[in-house]
Amino acid sequence: MRDLFSRTLQTTIIFLVVGGVLALALGGYFSSASNVFTRSLINLQTWFSSRFVAVQDFVTAPRDITSLRQRNAELEAEVAELQGQVIQLQQEVGETEILAALVDFSRANPENTYQAAAVIGRDPSPFLHFVIINRGSNDGILRGMPVVTDQGLVGRVDAVIADAARVQLITDPASKVNVRLQNAETEASLIGSVTGDVTLELIPQDINIERGDLVLTSGLGGGYPPDLIVGQVVNPRKRDFDLFWLATVQPVVDFNRLPIVLVIVNFRPVDTSPLFPSP
Amino acid sequence: MRNVVAAPVIVLAVLLQSAIVSRIALLSGIADLPLVMLAAWALQEDVDTAWHWAVAAGLFVGFVSGIQWFVPVISYIVVVFLAQILQGRVWQAPLLAMFLVSLLGTVVMNLLSLITLRIFGVPLPIGDTLGFLTLPSVLLNLLLAIPVYAVMRDLARWVHPSPEVV
Repeated sequence: MRDLFSRTLQTTIIFLVVGGVLALALGGYFSSASNVFTRSLINLQTWFSSRFVAVQDFVTAPRDITSLRQRNAELEAEVAELQGQVIQLQQEVGETEILAALVDFSRANPENTYQAAAVIGRDPSPFLHFVIINRGSNDGILRGMPVVTDQGLVGRVDAVIADAARVQLITDPASKVNVRLQNAETEASLIGSVTGDVTLELIPQDINIERGDLVLTSGLGGGYPPDLIVGQVVNPRKRDFDLFWLATVQPVVDFNRLPIVLVIVNFRPVDTSPLFPSP
Repeated sequence: MRNVVAAPVIVLAVLLQSAIVSRIALLSGIADLPLVMLAAWALQEDVDTAWHWAVAAGLFVGFVSGIQWFVPVISYIVVVFLAQILQGRVWQAPLLAMFLVSLLGTVVMNLLSLITLRIFGVPLPIGDTLGFLTLPSVLLNLLLAIPVYAVMRDLARWVHPSPEVV
């Protein structure tokens, strides 16, 4: 009877102690101690886990490296292919933008009929500023037809074969274009040079010209249609002992980057040479 | 029979000249690939067809270019002539001969072009032409001379194999 009483007392005390500990734990009185304990457990588990993963990697590495290398090669090939596609698409976008600008230009100038042509080469001689285009007499191109871009005047057709033509740029030393200055309302002659610079000549000194004046074709002489934009005056010079102004012109067309041009195929140049007596 | 390789090589050289080399300018000067190629070809031993190459290349360049057709023909013949003179005289220094022929050939070509264009009424100032065009062209041709010489030497060995190889 006494043993039964003492066992019941022990059990009760144990329950009370455990309950008290639980109550204290639930009340947050053991939080610091439990944190230290759990942190230690987590650190220990992390250590075990990392060692296991390291061992697992070591054991299975050869197979993974082989598959990864294969996958890497596949991805590199895919990346190279995609990069090629990106470059091709960028090129197509560039060409599309150029063509769109040319279409806009032709719509804005419906009086002319245009034939688009790609520039496929330049003159082998550094003395001459010619480009070769991939349209010729089969496409209705004739000698003397003006060539433009959406920005302005490029030059005129100098020679034609069936499927190609040679275009003399306005920067060519032998090129001479009759132009007019929009602001000054005067006419002048635009001359190319071996360095690619273009200059205005034959402007009387009593005319006032300024930097930024717009230069347009005048149509005189019948070589070019009128009112094609050529460039802007950048450096007008006047000396007292000269008869005329001398002015450098900045062409609106970038002749170093000339991928596509438009040939005005409904313009027939007028040959005025029979009107002048030969020497 | 292997001499027929001249035709595609010349055509390729003129096409490359027009499509690529002419777009790579230093000031206003550009390299002249057919000229350098002819110089390299004429300097090779056992090559006796350089004259034919010169005439063919000159005619083709004259057809593509706006310059008078006889200018490249005469210039290229002069280049081959210079190369034949120097071949063997510059002993064991083919590259030196190559540089010399390229330099003299470029000067001859430019002078002939300048004179011809001035005769035909194109206003070309001599100072600008020499400074902005001829000197850069000489430099570019000298730069082009080394790789072109190597290519033409290999081509010459293929066209004219030595007896040991045969």
